[in-house]
Amino acid sequence: MQKRISNLPFKGTPEQKQKLDEVIERHKQERGAILPVLQEAQEIYGYLPLEVQSIIAEGLGVSLEEVYGVSTFYSQFSLTPKGKYNVSICLGTACYVKGAAAVLDKLTSILGIQPEECTPDGKFSLTACRCVGACGLAPVLTVNGDVYGRMTPEEVEQVLAKYE
Amino acid sequence: MENMVNIKINGMPLSVPSSYTILEAAREAGIDIPTLCYLKGINEIGACRMCVVEVKGARSFVASCVYPVNEGMEVLTNTPAIQKSRKMTLEMLLSVHNRDCLACKRNGSCELQTLCNELGVEQSDRFDGAKPDVSKDESSLHLIRDNSKCILCRRCVAACSDQHVGVLGPNCRGFDTHIACAFEKPLNEVPCVSCGQCIVSCPTGALTERDQCDEVMAAINDPEKFVVVQTAPAIRATLGECFGLPVGTNVKGKMVAALRRLGFDKVFDTDFGADLTIMEEANELLERVKNGGPLPLITSCSPGWIKFCEYYYPELLQNVSSCKSPQQMTGAIIKTYYAEKNNIDPKKIVVVSVMPCTAKKFEARRDNQDAAGAGIPDTDIAITTRELARLIKMANINFERLPDEEFDPALGITTGAAAIFGATGGVMEAALRTAADTLEGKSLDSIEYKEVRGTEGIKEAVYHIGGMDVKVAAVSGLSNANEILSKVKNGEGGYHFIEIMCCPGGCVNGGGQPLQPAAVRSFTDLKAERAKALYEEDKNLPLRKSHESPIVKTLYEEYLENPGSHKAHKILHTTYVARKKF
Repeated sequence: MQKRISNLPFKGTPEQKQKLDEVIERHKQERGAILPVLQEAQEIYGYLPLEVQSIIAEGLGVSLEEVYGVSTFYSQFSLTPKGKYNVSICLGTACYVKGAAAVLDKLTSILGIQPEECTPDGKFSLTACRCVGACGLAPVLTVNGDVYGRMTPEEVEQVLAKYE
Repeated sequence: MENMVNIKINGMPLSVPSSYTILEAAREAGIDIPTLCYLKGINEIGACRMCVVEVKGARSFVASCVYPVNEGMEVLTNTPAIQKSRKMTLEMLLSVHNRDCLACKRNGSCELQTLCNELGVEQSDRFDGAKPDVSKDESSLHLIRDNSKCILCRRCVAACSDQHVGVLGPNCRGFDTHIACAFEKPLNEVPCVSCGQCIVSCPTGALTERDQCDEVMAAINDPEKFVVVQTAPAIRATLGECFGLPVGTNVKGKMVAALRRLGFDKVFDTDFGADLTIMEEANELLERVKNGGPLPLITSCSPGWIKFCEYYYPELLQNVSSCKSPQQMTGAIIKTYYAEKNNIDPKKIVVVSVMPCTAKKFEARRDNQDAAGAGIPDTDIAITTRELARLIKMANINFERLPDEEFDPALGITTGAAAIFGATGGVMEAALRTAADTLEGKSLDSIEYKEVRGTEGIKEAVYHIGGMDVKVAAVSGLSNANEILSKVKNGEGGYHFIEIMCCPGGCVNGGGQPLQPAAVRSFTDLKAERAKALYEEDKNLPLRKSHESPIVKTLYEEYLENPGSHKAHKILHTTYVARKKF
């Protein structure tokens, strides 16, 4: 699956930029510096938009495409921001057979976004994950740290309503 | 003396240098192991598995393109198991390939097609199933990228990064892997310099020039239009390859004859524009030396290099000569001086240029390249050597049986100085011939500046001219340019004059030149062989200095006054813009 690319405006702060510059400086001389820098950049910004990857490319003296190639190779990297609340629906085998797809459909229609996207107001982001290790509760939905088991499409709305 | 090792290939004893790969050793033994992803010196990654061989004692087949030889090694290159493996590799590639070969630009020159044929693939859909998501990128002026024909060999990626541009690369992973630009942007939104080295590296039809043959024929068949063609210095040295002639054959006479038979109203020589470029550029150099800079002066003939400078070194744009390229100068003179003299409305003139270069397609559309007035481009259509060959074939012209003909004399008498523009160091040498004569105030006999010749990426020399030491450098390939430019940026080097050509080896190896399969590109020095034809032409021409060209002399007398004049500036010079990468 190709990664979704965020088209939301970038809201990086000077503090974040300074942190990233320090990370780049620390790894600059290493071989294969792109991977660790991307990891730390994602910790700083939460995701890896063009603006962040451009800073990394310039800082490491490599092309943006090289950085982007690495960022799309590893599934741990996200090109879209996480919302204030990250809603994650498990599509692992157990959850899937117990009807997680219908829950996901409901989530996308209520939030108006696809998996790996974030609502324009930055409130919710949506992730489709693979097994959170709670198969007994399938289908499982998590919102940040909160776990909701045996989800049905009908319950989605009231779960989301808890988050302001 | 290099260390030699003794090996056996298919039972044949052989002694080869220890630095060889199995592939190179096999060539010595007369065995051409098939390859796909391998491009010597550029892409040596052993990824495609076409070149697998059996090595006695090895656990599995090895990729001969990257596997070094060692003492006592026994290699088998053609066992039934190897044949089966290679064939299956091809069948797997075909399973996700757009097999519309009949309508493909590369039909007949496709390396995948050739291998399928040679290795006996009898069923193109033996494995068939899901096809990856493929897209076609038609956003840029100079090329079309069709991922349905991409075999992920990464030769274009390597060529692009070898040019220090690196806008192409593999995105995503596994079945989703595809070659594209950062953030899946179209090519016209990334800092691609349009050099076309990716095209000449591509084994299939995934990368092709934007074909403008139809536009050319439409112009020729329009009775209202006066269609003029000009051919760059490097075309005569390479066009023959498209018709099966040996690399390095100069086909100037036949090329001119073919262009006349295609129906062009006039057949002119871009060498004329090259001579003119030298007049202006040599003058610019002397002026800058006199006025204290900015130095070094850097040549501006190569539009790929110009775009590179605009993207990557905008702070050095003031060092770039303001001279238009020979293509644009020739076009500008055709639509001004020539049009006035022959009483032709410049709006009715269509200037077609045949270039070794895909970046010329971009250059022709640049701003501030319209000497005859707004909306009248100096060059209307820029086609590559390959497109010219296609036009000739479409017109059923038997190229080899053509007589030798001469360019139309109005803008067709040229000098040896212009002839060598197509090779790296040629512009430098041509400029030095004129600058030296001007500075010394006499016609010098020693006119060969051999230190700047040859295919090395960076050549430096100091010449004592007119009482001063002039430090020059001739650079080709953008990685080398990057190396020199970072020096210049830091105020190092002490250069007065630098020639930069975008493509490694200069225009003879341009992105618009005839395609040669990897087997040829890897083991023949195309740059050197093609350049030889140009230096030979230079040696045999009666006039070898641009300022001795009778047309150039008349042009200045009748029209431009003198190099660097107000009028010359208006017609022959241009401006550049700093570009943002993303």
